[in-house]
Amino acid sequence: MARKLKLRIWRGDASDGGLKNVEVEANEGEVVLDLIHRVQATQMGDLAVRWNCKAGKCGSCSMEINGKPRLACMTQVASFPEGEEITITPLRAFPVIKDLVTDVSFNYRKAMEIPSYEHPKNLAPGEARMEQVDVERSQEFRKCIECFLCQDVCHVVRDHEENKKSFAGPRFFIRIAELDMHPLDMLKNRKQKAQEEHGLGMCNITKCCTEVCPEHIRITDNAIIPMKERVVDVKYDPVHWLGSKIRKREGIV
Amino acid sequence: MTSLEKYKYDVVVIGAGGAGLRAAVEARAAGLSVAIVCKSLFGKAHTVMAEGGAAASMGNVNEKDNWQVHFRDTMRGGKFLNHYRMAELHAKESPDRIWELEVWGALFDRTKEGKISQRNFGGHEYPRLAHVGDRTGLELIRTMQQRIVALQQQDAKESGNAESHIKVFAELTITEILKENGKIAGAYGYWRENGNEVLFEAPTVIVATGGVGKTFKITSNSWEGTGDGHALALKAGANLVDMEFLQFHPTGMVWPPSVRGILVTESVRGEGGILTNSLGERFMFKYIPEVFKDKYADNEAEADRWYLDQDNNRRPPELLPRDEVSRAINAEVKAGRGTEHGGVYLDVSKRIPADVIKKRLPSMWHQFYELAGVDITKEAMEVGPTCHYVMGGVEVEPDTAAAVGVPGLFAAGEVAGGMHGSNRLGGNSLSDLLVFGRRAGMGAVEYVKKNPSATVSEKAIADAAARIQAPFSRAGGENSYSLHAELQEITHNLVGIIRTGKEVEEAIVKIAAIRARSANVAVAGDRKFNPGFHLAFDLDNMLLVAESTAKSALLREESRGGHTRDDFPGMSSKWRQVNHISSFDGEKVNVKAQPLPPIPKELFDLFDIHELEKYMTPEEIAKGGSN
Repeated sequence: MARKLKLRIWRGDASDGGLKNVEVEANEGEVVLDLIHRVQATQMGDLAVRWNCKAGKCGSCSMEINGKPRLACMTQVASFPEGEEITITPLRAFPVIKDLVTDVSFNYRKAMEIPSYEHPKNLAPGEARMEQVDVERSQEFRKCIECFLCQDVCHVVRDHEENKKSFAGPRFFIRIAELDMHPLDMLKNRKQKAQEEHGLGMCNITKCCTEVCPEHIRITDNAIIPMKERVVDVKYDPVHWLGSKIRKREGIV
Repeated sequence: MTSLEKYKYDVVVIGAGGAGLRAAVEARAAGLSVAIVCKSLFGKAHTVMAEGGAAASMGNVNEKDNWQVHFRDTMRGGKFLNHYRMAELHAKESPDRIWELEVWGALFDRTKEGKISQRNFGGHEYPRLAHVGDRTGLELIRTMQQRIVALQQQDAKESGNAESHIKVFAELTITEILKENGKIAGAYGYWRENGNEVLFEAPTVIVATGGVGKTFKITSNSWEGTGDGHALALKAGANLVDMEFLQFHPTGMVWPPSVRGILVTESVRGEGGILTNSLGERFMFKYIPEVFKDKYADNEAEADRWYLDQDNNRRPPELLPRDEVSRAINAEVKAGRGTEHGGVYLDVSKRIPADVIKKRLPSMWHQFYELAGVDITKEAMEVGPTCHYVMGGVEVEPDTAAAVGVPGLFAAGEVAGGMHGSNRLGGNSLSDLLVFGRRAGMGAVEYVKKNPSATVSEKAIADAAARIQAPFSRAGGENSYSLHAELQEITHNLVGIIRTGKEVEEAIVKIAAIRARSANVAVAGDRKFNPGFHLAFDLDNMLLVAESTAKSALLREESRGGHTRDDFPGMSSKWRQVNHISSFDGEKVNVKAQPLPPIPKELFDLFDIHELEKYMTPEEIAKGGSN
């Protein structure tokens, strides 16, 4: 049942590193994270890797497997043909700390820049009434497990460090969309801010983020495109434009 | 070795799951400065794994529900070993804690009237669990995480510094809780990223570190569940209460081997899933214990009718409390009626249409499809018990969550003991986190008023630093991974779901032997993000927890909730009157019996006297409560 597998694991840190070859046993039904753990326990005690739940729910074990951003806990060994080498590397868009662990603090900084949910002031706890269909739109985005694979794959920042300052990335576009579509949120200019402050305009809808999302959130279709459309509508609609100038409207309703 | 990083805070919260974050929010609301320390990245805590929901008697689906019914269910579920005051506070305050989450942006599933929807769960008399599909824990952790961010944004606006009141120290391991003159003075640890050491000086420490599942071989817990808070508190002079009670969740995945133990939410049964053995028998009808006979259907027809009419039918036995279902599955497998891979079948496909399954149990569908190649809308799942939750934990004052015997120390969430008695009801943990997280925060606020600062002595710092360095100074010693695997084997085989006195005695000897060897753990590599090094400290904690569990299990000569003794199969009213208190003398864990606080009359009177007769002695019944 067990078979021997050849892995190439990137080892090193910010100063230096490279792929190391290892051979490891794989059993039926195992995922790539199982192999990494076996290597850790038997051959490389100090191999650095992040993981937590091992069930695809926490989004910790993000890495690149044969060049594709994936969760190691949800990548079946059996999905690779017999004899194929498996190459495991850290997320490319973020600075390496050690081995498969990268510095993902970029994402936490961006989270801090997104204005938080604003509850209606006169609505006391327990009084909220919302229709299921209305909460479902935002619920799709709240499925996000913050694995940051979408952030890693997005070509706006993947090889363009200089864009990071002005671009929040797909994870935070769905966060903005989630709040924007939240039936009770009181902050009204979220889409405009997404465009002006968080780099929504830099996205040219190649849908790579949607493709790698382990939660199958339709990031591009359901969050980014609708927001882009609304922003464009308002920006180029002369009536809206005039209204916003004359009445000094704060934002787009 | 680089220079020591030093911080001063009013409160250090260890653990960034639901309880820790809720505590931090409360302390911050009173203007205190709070350090939140966690072993993983912010937002990855084990709370995320909770699936089914948070129990709160809001009465949105059945208006007959109220705190008294919730209190009764919780006490029954815990077989009356719960600390009555914790169960009371929990039942009374849960609804407010859930509604508060909505104010912070949480989006629960809704009823037709637009209120928060509530679902059925094992042991709960009415539909009571607020939920979001089967990812309620994610919603809870994300809401709390985003609440912390919102507060930091507010601080940035007011003071120009987002971290003026709350700072998250992610991927930092605490190795010691420090005391001076008998009171909490701070905590010591190291950054996992580079091994640099960190000192926190603070008059209060709140442990909110979750559970101990990694002590066991088959568990639903992540690597973080190594009993850190249990062990740190024990070493700081706190007591652990009732550590013999471990919840083996009845439905973990059993196949393939690499996913063995991963949780299958109880919602599957709450939504109508049935359990069958290899003969196709719906076996749970055979396992309804005497104390539950009047609440659970003993035939299929009635059990099926319950889904349509809950007022005139008894509940299906699949929804018995978790300990009962786990024992039943264990017995079926032992009797040779298990599945090919040593579990039983759990089937939801025959009762619910595929699209509804995908909507109500999306992450279960995904988990089985991706990891086991099973489509749960068409086929049955194979499931079996998995170590899920520890009922035992730090002995606390219910109202303040203050650890008994250690001024300045607080504990909330899974790491605290007492609330759930001998068995926790599903759904009561997410509400527990919020209720007692908040209370721990309030407790710390009151304590800091009288004890505004703390200083750690040079000697304490030097001792803590020496302990961190130690594994690197030993050559050719033991490997922490192998010792961990050995420990898991012992707990699984000898202190697991079914125990005997002889086996537990054997376990105590073997755990002590591993503990002796663990003093010799050597670590390869350097301090930089080195998992072997990290495990060395986790292992220390797990060994203390395992010792406490085994010694408590040996003393309790009865079977109750999450403690089943093959040599003492019955439940005894005599044993209900005592808690087991673990303390640490610097070398070993000592366990002693301590009388359970008696239930006051007004709570006693909430129960039918005939029900209480099943749990209490005639003398207790005659007294009718404590006042």
